[in-house]
Amino acid sequence: MEGLFLSLFTFHFSLFMVPFSEEKLAKVQEIIARYPEGKQKSALLPVLHLAQEVHGWLSAETMDYVASLLQLEPIEVYEVATFYSMYNLKPVGKYMFEVCQTGPCMINGSDDIVDYIKQRLGIGVGETTPDGLFTLKTVECLGACGYAPMMQLGKHYKEHLTREKVDQIIEECRKQAGQLN
Amino acid sequence: MSEEKKLFKVTIDNITVEVEPGTTILNAARQIGGEVTPPAMCYYSKLKNSGGKCRTCLVEVAAGSTADPRPMPKLVASCRTTVMDGMIVKNITSERVLDARAGVVEFLLLNHPLDCPICDQAGECHLQDLSYEHGKEGTRYEFNRRTFKKHDLGEYIQLHMTRCILCYRCVFTADQLTNKRVHGILDRGDHAEIATYIEKSLDNDFIGNVIDVCPVGALTDKTFRFKNRVWFTKPVDAHRDCSKCCGEVQLWMRGDEVFRVTARKDEWGEVKDSTKGGPGWICNECRFEKKDAKDWTIDGPTQVNRHSVISQGHYVNVVKPKETLPDVMGGRGPKLLMNIHNVSEVNRPEIELSKIAGPAHSDDFKNSLDNGK
Amino acid sequence: MGVKLLLEKAHVEGIRSYEVYRREGGYRAVEKALKTMSPDAVTEEVKKSGLRGRGGAGFPSGMKWSFLAKPEGVPRHLVCNADESEPGTFKDRYLMEFLPHLLIEGLIVSSFALGSNATYIYIRGEYAWIPDILEQAIAEAKANGWLGKNILGSGFDCEIYVQRGAGAYICGEETALIESLEGKRGNPRIKPPFPAVKGVWDRPTVVNNVETLAAVVPIINMGGEEYAKIGVGRSTGTKLISACGNINKPGVYEIDMTISVEEFIYSDEYCGGIKNGKRLKACIPGGSSVPILPANLLLKTAKGETRYMNYESLSDGGFATGSMMGSGGFIVLDEDQCVVKNTYTLARFYRHESCGQCSPCREGTGWMEKILKNIDMGKGKMSDIDLLWDIQRKIEGNTICPLGDAAAWPVAAAIRHFRDEFEWHVKNPQECLTRNYGLANYADPLEVKSEM
Repeated sequence: MEGLFLSLFTFHFSLFMVPFSEEKLAKVQEIIARYPEGKQKSALLPVLHLAQEVHGWLSAETMDYVASLLQLEPIEVYEVATFYSMYNLKPVGKYMFEVCQTGPCMINGSDDIVDYIKQRLGIGVGETTPDGLFTLKTVECLGACGYAPMMQLGKHYKEHLTREKVDQIIEECRKQAGQLN
Repeated sequence: MSEEKKLFKVTIDNITVEVEPGTTILNAARQIGGEVTPPAMCYYSKLKNSGGKCRTCLVEVAAGSTADPRPMPKLVASCRTTVMDGMIVKNITSERVLDARAGVVEFLLLNHPLDCPICDQAGECHLQDLSYEHGKEGTRYEFNRRTFKKHDLGEYIQLHMTRCILCYRCVFTADQLTNKRVHGILDRGDHAEIATYIEKSLDNDFIGNVIDVCPVGALTDKTFRFKNRVWFTKPVDAHRDCSKCCGEVQLWMRGDEVFRVTARKDEWGEVKDSTKGGPGWICNECRFEKKDAKDWTIDGPTQVNRHSVISQGHYVNVVKPKETLPDVMGGRGPKLLMNIHNVSEVNRPEIELSKIAGPAHSDDFKNSLDNGK
Repeated sequence: MGVKLLLEKAHVEGIRSYEVYRREGGYRAVEKALKTMSPDAVTEEVKKSGLRGRGGAGFPSGMKWSFLAKPEGVPRHLVCNADESEPGTFKDRYLMEFLPHLLIEGLIVSSFALGSNATYIYIRGEYAWIPDILEQAIAEAKANGWLGKNILGSGFDCEIYVQRGAGAYICGEETALIESLEGKRGNPRIKPPFPAVKGVWDRPTVVNNVETLAAVVPIINMGGEEYAKIGVGRSTGTKLISACGNINKPGVYEIDMTISVEEFIYSDEYCGGIKNGKRLKACIPGGSSVPILPANLLLKTAKGETRYMNYESLSDGGFATGSMMGSGGFIVLDEDQCVVKNTYTLARFYRHESCGQCSPCREGTGWMEKILKNIDMGKGKMSDIDLLWDIQRKIEGNTICPLGDAAAWPVAAAIRHFRDEFEWHVKNPQECLTRNYGLANYADPLEVKSEM
């Protein structure tokens, strides 16, 4: 709940950097302890995930904060954050539809699903709805080829997509967002 | 009594050389020199961990060693493969190597803007040399070339990302010569780029060396930008007492004017060792702030590889030739081979172009024709 | 019904929990190994089993283990490669999601064999919910004395940690994975040195696939020799195949590598035939990077012999007329699929996933993608097909890591076997936008099964 609140908060005040809670800081220490001494850089990917959970995306300020936590130069964090596709370097919608479009999903109709989502949400690929609720992204293979077409929504996969199922997912997201407000 | 070191025999393109164990194929080939030396765009002997990336130095290992003479199935990066005793290497004698290398050159030029006419690196660019020596004419690429958002790296260093071949040398330089690296490789794949992420200038005392290690015109000297062509300037060795670096440099001069200061380079284009030992990296002050000949003690002309385009403008003990044209003009006027007005109907000497308001237009000629009627 | 070693208990209610897994005979392999065997004896059993790496390369696992350098006083590590990202492959996800304790058990035994006191599972970042499942299994195992200090009084200490990636196919390459585990960009390292000598934090390291490590459990339980009796030739034991595409029953199947490709596609025990009564056009049998085969070469080898689902038979004929077992990602294309479009999406995938470190891969993958897109959109030229062939040839074998090969092979195989379809696209720029080429002459020789 706290995470959700913070992500909404930072969405509107993106330049404002919120430091980790005590709980998150303890988690960072626990992660660092998994590696040999002096190898705390190994914690970079997991800690960036933690930061993204709090803020929804990674601003330069957030990355600088992560650098200071792990005693790294900021550039080392930027280099890593820009390499991996899961780190959002710009604010994204509250619900991000990441639709797979690689071979196995394509032959099962992912193009149609992408088109349908575009039409339903009135946005293009890579865009966010004006209410800040939805972002549409096309991604490459997510390892759910047998359950195609599919997309990632937050932590989970939505598989065997059909137009009806897309409608249902959009509805659920809207409902959930409404309850939070 | 020193123990006699066992040397490894390695044969490269039928030339055998003895090298110390641990030597790479590329460095063994450099000991032979000449054409059997594979080109290297990313490897830099003075930078730890460099090499292996550009793939221009690929060679064929026809026999692994005397003990195990099996050939290696794939071409190997000669800069990162150490020799074994009895190894047989084929470089320019291997069709496979020449073919693969031509491929690599084509790949490197695919998204390169080919803006040599406006590039300060032209004339000393390793990518130019590479394409002349190992590339094919023309390109088969028919798509738009890659572009990047422009980044400002501060008052000293000019970045042209479109020219970059991602050799990582400048990253290693910043890691190994400065205490705090602020630029790096961002993003991945075909849009990976050199940048600082946040707009930040590179201002460490030794960061200017990234200009010397850059094999292309991606990182150039802002204080030399568009000032002159390298082949019109004359490189001389010079030194000064510097508290930060060895102070041994190369001045790029024209007349008495110092256009540019760089570190001294060897025949492979790498920074030479200084007389004080160790690579002769120079500091920003020597490189960017000392542009007066009086700042320096000149040691003499730099010996430049005679193949280099730079040698074109390089005269030792030669006085600047006297301009001959005024003499010629004093004697007789230049011979006019053909009067354009005699052969062209468009050029009409009776029309005074300066009298026409704005640019000349076909109507202007037409009217005058009509008037003439 | 074939032999099941890994998925035997997959459908037991509650098998994800420790209690049920233990009740069903779980952790016997740990007991056996730690109480009655030496680490070298465990390695010896794995060698005898003939187990080959299940991640794609098929390198003998026992041999890989025996290469591990063991310098005095330097810690060694086992890293489990759970960065499953090869299009068509989703078998490791199935194992981790439904049988987490099987993987943990395999990891404990393997860590014991290799002397790894800290073992890491590097899992692709998109499998975001699975680390929770694995961490719970680890906690349960630890609470019951299978992990931690002095396990079963053997003097062996072991901890297992789960590390999430963050979206990069290249981290499935073992040295890129190691870089990523060290908190860096996933740039593959230049070899040598190999991880067995200098791996994570410059320490000797073994990186093995999830399925490989899970297979260590039955190997120890039944003995390497018994395990080797299952299967055929150098394809020993069982293999997980993740089947997808235009089939009736996509999913993860365990096969013993003696069944034919035809049986695998058409029998109800496995894929259940082609969806909607269509006919088989082509298949990529081992994950997107292995060569695509037209139906007639898939079911029978060039010599006219039956093709089987194992390492040797799938690669029979080399790349000219065969393919590879790869990671077991079995992608089936029916008569309505366009090989050009399919190849284009794969080329786009590899361009997207190239790390950008070496020039042939960085520049070549993008070039191939652009040309393939043109051909797919009816804007191609005849010369583009030869150009594609030349580009893939200049990438293959000339890159730092196998991603270059992985990007080159699908393009090469598509042109090799489906050149007429590419040419049709070029010659019919309008028509190719409205319909597909269809089966042509590489159709499945089998009759369409009529509805019973």
